[in-house]
Amino acid sequence: MSDVLERVSQIVVDRLGVDAAEVKLEASFKEDLGADSLDVVELVMELEDEFDLEISDEDAEKIATVGDVVNYINSKN
Amino acid sequence: MLNGKTALVTGASRGIGKAIALELAKQGANVAVNYAGSEAKAQEVVEEIRALGQQAIAIQADVANSESVTNMVKAVISEFGSLDILVNNAGITKDNLMMRMKEEEWDSVIDTNLKGVFLCTKAVTRQMMKQRKGRIINISSIVGVSGNPGQANYVAAKAGVIGLTKSTAKELSSRNITVNAVAPGFIATDMTEVLEDQVKEEMLKGIPLARFGEAQEIAALVAFLAGEGSGYITGQTIHVDGGMVM
Repeated sequence: MSDVLERVSQIVVDRLGVDAAEVKLEASFKEDLGADSLDVVELVMELEDEFDLEISDEDAEKIATVGDVVNYINSKN
Repeated sequence: MLNGKTALVTGASRGIGKAIALELAKQGANVAVNYAGSEAKAQEVVEEIRALGQQAIAIQADVANSESVTNMVKAVISEFGSLDILVNNAGITKDNLMMRMKEEEWDSVIDTNLKGVFLCTKAVTRQMMKQRKGRIINISSIVGVSGNPGQANYVAAKAGVIGLTKSTAKELSSRNITVNAVAPGFIATDMTEVLEDQVKEEMLKGIPLARFGEAQEIAALVAFLAGEGSGYITGQTIHVDGGMVM
């Protein structure tokens, strides 16, 4: 769990240029982390590469918070 | 110049698509030559590109089929390692008067000429977003602006391509991907050769430059839009029609 969060956190920090302290499980990409829709699409693309997953469009649309990502990845592993 | 760039040109086995593929290669790009059915002709284009000193592959795909398009784009990226330029050129006609047009004639033209552009654009966007750079050039038609009797399906698709170009340009601008459309007028190709002489003469009267265009004249503009010099142009539809529609 913590390892997944760490890796997700690193991607979010790199991609959105936010402070690591802001990347909490409940943080919403759009509301709290300043991402626009295209940023979220790109995040999903990077997560797919990082975790060697294919995230369907339907699943990707449900991703709103950092916690959603961590849960999703854990559910696939 | 386009040295080191990779281009995918759909419908590139003949006509305007072939001229575009060759021009991009002349400017230094490696080219994936997509075709639907004309394998031998596509292979000839590949040989011509190789003779110019560039890399090329022929790749079969029906642009109206999403799985086929996804596989094509994957194959191009795995062959060349990048994808910098997409030219959505593949197109068909099934002309008929509105009153007589069959649903199948409508659907197949919309599927290839409009949905095909959507599917190919969607498939390359991931790579171009990662690269933070890309050029998408859609071949529309002047009749998509002016309308044309007997071509309701083709005109609707080509007008749709202009709208799709604008939306895609706005969505991808923040990632340094430009999207433009080229609207050819009457260009001498296989597609227009089938028209009756009387129709051709009538059309000539509406062309201020008083001649039909050459595929090369479309290719030259596409190469410009694919290059560095066009970096501040996006969402535009540029007419190459001898002044038919102003």
